Amino acid sequence: MKLSGRLDSASTPKLWRETTAVLEKQASSRVEIEAEQVEYCDGAGLGLLLDLARRQRDLGGELVVRGLKPEFRKLLDMFDPADFDPSKRKKKRPAPMPEEVGRAVLAYVEDLVSLVAFVGELLLALLQGLRHPRALRWGDLLYAAETAGVNALPIIALISFLVGLIMSFQAAVPMRQFGAEIFVANLIGLAMLRELGPLMTAIVLAGRSGAAFAAELGTMKVSEEIDAMTTMGLAPVQFLVVTRVLAAMTMTPLLTVFANLVGLVGGAIVLLSLGYPLVTYVNQVLGAVTYVDLLGGLFKSLVFGLIIAGIGCYRGLRTGSGASAVGESTTRAVVSGIVLIVLTDGLFSIAFFYLGI
Amino acid sequence: MIKANDRPAAIITVEDMTAAYEGEVILDRISFQVFPGEVFIILGGSGCGKSTLLKHMIGLYKPASGRILIGDLDVVTAQGEERLRILRRIGVMYQAGALFGSMTVLENVRLPLEEFTGLPSEAMDMIARMKLSLVGLTGFEDHLPSEISGGMKKRAAIARAMALDPEIMFLDEPSAGLDPITSAELDQLILNLAGNLNMTFVVVTHELPSIYAIADRVIMLDKNVKGIVAEGRPQDLRDQSDNEWVRRFFNREAEPPRKSSDETGPEKDRSVGRTGGEWTA
Repeated sequence: MKLSGRLDSASTPKLWRETTAVLEKQASSRVEIEAEQVEYCDGAGLGLLLDLARRQRDLGGELVVRGLKPEFRKLLDMFDPADFDPSKRKKKRPAPMPEEVGRAVLAYVEDLVSLVAFVGELLLALLQGLRHPRALRWGDLLYAAETAGVNALPIIALISFLVGLIMSFQAAVPMRQFGAEIFVANLIGLAMLRELGPLMTAIVLAGRSGAAFAAELGTMKVSEEIDAMTTMGLAPVQFLVVTRVLAAMTMTPLLTVFANLVGLVGGAIVLLSLGYPLVTYVNQVLGAVTYVDLLGGLFKSLVFGLIIAGIGCYRGLRTGSGASAVGESTTRAVVSGIVLIVLTDGLFSIAFFYLGI
Repeated sequence: MIKANDRPAAIITVEDMTAAYEGEVILDRISFQVFPGEVFIILGGSGCGKSTLLKHMIGLYKPASGRILIGDLDVVTAQGEERLRILRRIGVMYQAGALFGSMTVLENVRLPLEEFTGLPSEAMDMIARMKLSLVGLTGFEDHLPSEISGGMKKRAAIARAMALDPEIMFLDEPSAGLDPITSAELDQLILNLAGNLNMTFVVVTHELPSIYAIADRVIMLDKNVKGIVAEGRPQDLRDQSDNEWVRRFFNREAEPPRKSSDETGPEKDRSVGRTGGEWTA
């Protein structure tokens, strides 16, 4: 074979296909390449020559390159075709299935154990915080309360307003057939206070603040700030988690109150548009709901707040290394946060039912 | 310089320690000791487990087996009060500084003082400012970590690690990424602290000038051996080590050098034959 001109990334792709085709067709034990007229040869060209040499070797033959200019020859000498034998590549073998399953189970158990440890540590730290409120980092707590609570007000208000409005509208249409439109007020009052207010608030906060906590703590983990804290003798749970959990536990019920109110306003608009006066609506709602409904809902949202912040922080602290680990923690925080919230809500429903609330 | 025969009791003892990551052994049964007032350097090629060893020594990672003592307390098993007692004796500077991003430089240095001392606020400010001036960061007290350079972050992190005047300082690549002058100043600072306060330093670094300037003793780790290949004074290792790779490392030689203008380089054992103008494979 005779090669001439420039051997670079522009010319080699075509050449690569052609020369390998020739090589395979001829299957000769000795292939010679005349390279006197090669003007230029870069990494791509060297790659071609090495690949040809490797193929020849696989076919049991040899390859001779003749007349390559010394400057390119020196570059070629830096490599040994034997190094590029595919059989030499250390590939990570995919582990056999039982091993994978075992590893997954172990990781799951380990995660569970650390979750239990985290819950214990968090409860202890919360108790300690309540016993020595002066030792709490109030600045951090207020900051967390502002970002997770106050700043979430517009989105919570919007969602609850729409939920109240849409639900009353949807309910009003069939109820009208029975002349029972006024009972939309009862429906909205009970549904908002007992279920939708706390639940919608918690789900929005899980997506908003749970994710933020996980990302924040995850980034601190990745940049070794958590390690630094630990070696300083500061417990990350006490230092970072307690403030966030307390902020979420106070802010979630407060936001729920707003959500309830705004949801009821949404219902009021529908009933007003159907011709009922506001005072009728208000009286109807007041007659339908009790303080127990309100407080039950608020108690639920207190627990939801604990779950949102706790899971967010836990996922953040368990972050692995690298930027993708932060993304993974955030996703897991939101997903497990929402799942836990809905599960807990179900448990509350059962408990409230048996308690007769 | 501490002589072998009048050495005081070791301040750090690593005994038969095996470190593993995801089932793969990185360091296999290594043992060494660090003595008070010493500048002890851990070095080795990339990926040989230097930072891993450091994190084991400060109790962040648990070894697969073996013991690590600081004083007479076991870092691996210490819990609660005992663990806190160990942590109060050490200061750590992490590779990228690991300053708390939401606090200013001064607040970062103040934090350990706030948490562990009952000093009045002005006194804490004073001490924090002193530490910052030691590392040449006067004037940057009220900057956030995101507003200062990488080298400054490292120096601020050293100041923070020194805030409580620990007996042992662990530094993870302190001079990597610093200009030679700042790096030399840092070396001087380490020498002063080690000499005057009898502080012990455990330093992970690659920087040869810095190693020659400050090291009392080095250990060299190797990926293939999964352990220590050399231990001693850097000058001795450079001149007298019987391990060629170690000598080369201290002499800064990649391979026995050759220039690209040389007609023939050293022949490695290759499967390629070459004669004259032909390249045969």
